[in-house]
Amino acid sequence: MVATETAESAAGESGALAHLALEDRIWLLRAMLLMRGIEDRAMTLYRQGRVPGSFYDGFGQEAVSAGAAFAMAPEDRLCILHRDLAAHIIRGVTPARIFAQYMGREIGVTRGRDGNVHFGDRTLGCVGMVSMLPDMMLVATGMAMAFKLRGERRCAMTWFGDGSTSRGDFHEAMNWAGVQKLPVVFVLENNQYAYSTPLDKQFAVNPVARAAAYGFGGVTVDGNDVEAMFEAAREARERAISGGGPTLIEAVTMRMHGHAAHDDMKYVPKEQVEEWRKRDPIERQESRLRALGVDIDGLRSAIRAEIDAAAEEALAAPMADPSTAAEGAFCTGPAEPLGDGLAPWSGFNSLATPVVS
Amino acid sequence: MAALTYLQAISAALRDELRSDERVLLMGEDIGVFGGAFKVTDGFIDEFGGDRVMDTPLAESAIIGTAIGAAVVGMRPVCEMQFADFISCGFDQLVNVAAKMHYRQGLAVPITVRLPSGGGFSGGPFHSQNPEAWFMHAPGIKVVAPSTAEDAKGLLHTAIHDPNPVCFMEHKHLYRRIKGEVPDGIFETPLTARVARPGSDLAVITYGAMVHVALEATDDLDGASVEVLDLRSLVPLDEAAILDSVARCSKVVIVDEANATCAAGAQVAALIAERGFEDLDGPVVRVATPNVPIPFSPPLEQAVLPNVERVREACRELLAY
Repeated sequence: MVATETAESAAGESGALAHLALEDRIWLLRAMLLMRGIEDRAMTLYRQGRVPGSFYDGFGQEAVSAGAAFAMAPEDRLCILHRDLAAHIIRGVTPARIFAQYMGREIGVTRGRDGNVHFGDRTLGCVGMVSMLPDMMLVATGMAMAFKLRGERRCAMTWFGDGSTSRGDFHEAMNWAGVQKLPVVFVLENNQYAYSTPLDKQFAVNPVARAAAYGFGGVTVDGNDVEAMFEAAREARERAISGGGPTLIEAVTMRMHGHAAHDDMKYVPKEQVEEWRKRDPIERQESRLRALGVDIDGLRSAIRAEIDAAAEEALAAPMADPSTAAEGAFCTGPAEPLGDGLAPWSGFNSLATPVVS
Repeated sequence: MAALTYLQAISAALRDELRSDERVLLMGEDIGVFGGAFKVTDGFIDEFGGDRVMDTPLAESAIIGTAIGAAVVGMRPVCEMQFADFISCGFDQLVNVAAKMHYRQGLAVPITVRLPSGGGFSGGPFHSQNPEAWFMHAPGIKVVAPSTAEDAKGLLHTAIHDPNPVCFMEHKHLYRRIKGEVPDGIFETPLTARVARPGSDLAVITYGAMVHVALEATDDLDGASVEVLDLRSLVPLDEAAILDSVARCSKVVIVDEANATCAAGAQVAALIAERGFEDLDGPVVRVATPNVPIPFSPPLEQAVLPNVERVREACRELLAY
């Protein structure tokens, strides 16, 4: 059950192909290209002084959020981390609102209340992260608890990093989910470094091995293979909604940029970066699809145009309105629960998924 | 109407909510089979089952964090901290996740956190605290602190119906000591102050267990007419009622059972300094616990907690000013 190597891609791939149509495989590439393109442009905007604060990206990790989020149904609920922009894209957040979010503009997802990837569109079933990283594991666990109490066939998914596994909320969430056998999927994004701290200073036992100690299964997946990520998440979701309890997915990947824009990553050996560069998740998916005759260049240029237009739209949007800065700490109307997000996977088209009984 | 203790009133509110709203769910340590450390939920598991009166793992961060998750998908969780002191272990989830959620994302977090608080019975440094000010300082959290059985029930209904996180400070020392007539059924007590006793010479402004200390201390104070204002809600703070009392009485004693620095009463004093100064005929006087942990041994504990004598003395001095 518990694997420690990352050589499962071959198996994962063949499993994935049973569930992925060509349009899905293109969608996965599209989500990754959008994530990389948006973040690349945002980094430029940051250097131009258009993005206040700092800037965090997920360069090299695009497959983790794209693959996992793609397996989630509209009625599932997501707590997304800061290197997982593709999950927001898949749920339906538009690139213009993402740029506006980075720039603190009124049309951004948090209307300037929070920065960078600290957002979640509640109308799309997403809860934005806080900076105390494993906190959202408990929120996702609580969502799953409600689903189980109400007898609903849906699940919650949350992402967190290798550093998060050192904090108590990781333990509390894993334990609670195991005790109550909840429909929750934990995606551990092992990107080798927590800021500058490498894995060997973070834990003595790989966290995926700890899943068994909490009473459920853990799997290690090549986090740079978007189709393997999809398949692992799809299987975990199936397990969750059929009463099989939680799953810990360890997505092994590499943070190819610094912790944030200011970080030159001198503490990472160059050879390590070079080694991982050969395993770029986007190139990998492109070569698969190119072999099938997909027009990759056409896709890339369409996405570039979409990003150009989105960045222009965001730059033209007004900044957040300072006259509203002191408003909104409290909800003054009825409490609206999270809404449903988009779920482009073709597998949901044919499935009858009765959720709310 | 029924005569209920403060504790029975809290139990009744929870029972009424569980019966009337299937979204309501109680979560806490030892609240199910055992009925809670103070027996607030005694027998509940038989009527409502273990899913809705949930014995949780011993993990306060998880209790708050999972309640947040359940709330944003439509539940109305009511969390019990076994003692208010243990909220320190759930602090991060409450002040960073729950409190900031609506401001950041427009997402409401309708959770109630019951915090059995207060000292007076040798609970020691970890079972006696009054941590309400921690949460007053975290925008996005409401904080209520009833002093009577009727308000304990009504404010708990208000808290559970509120779309925001609410800290419900229930004073352990009042649980079985205070009894009063409580209306039947579900009713909401507004988040405003209550004049516990009207007066015109001096106002004692306080909340929670100290309301009873203030009433006793000023019941017969050399014929002086002493008002006692029971704040009931600390967030929102009923500023108009406070300033009304100041305008009527011109002399103010503020009593906190909590440690003095930055306590709820400090906020009241600041408000009066800013907006009630012209109405004052003397300095604002505060009676509060000094800035030490609450000690265990009875003579030590009695030496730090505000009591009838101390409040009476403070009022006498101010009346003579």
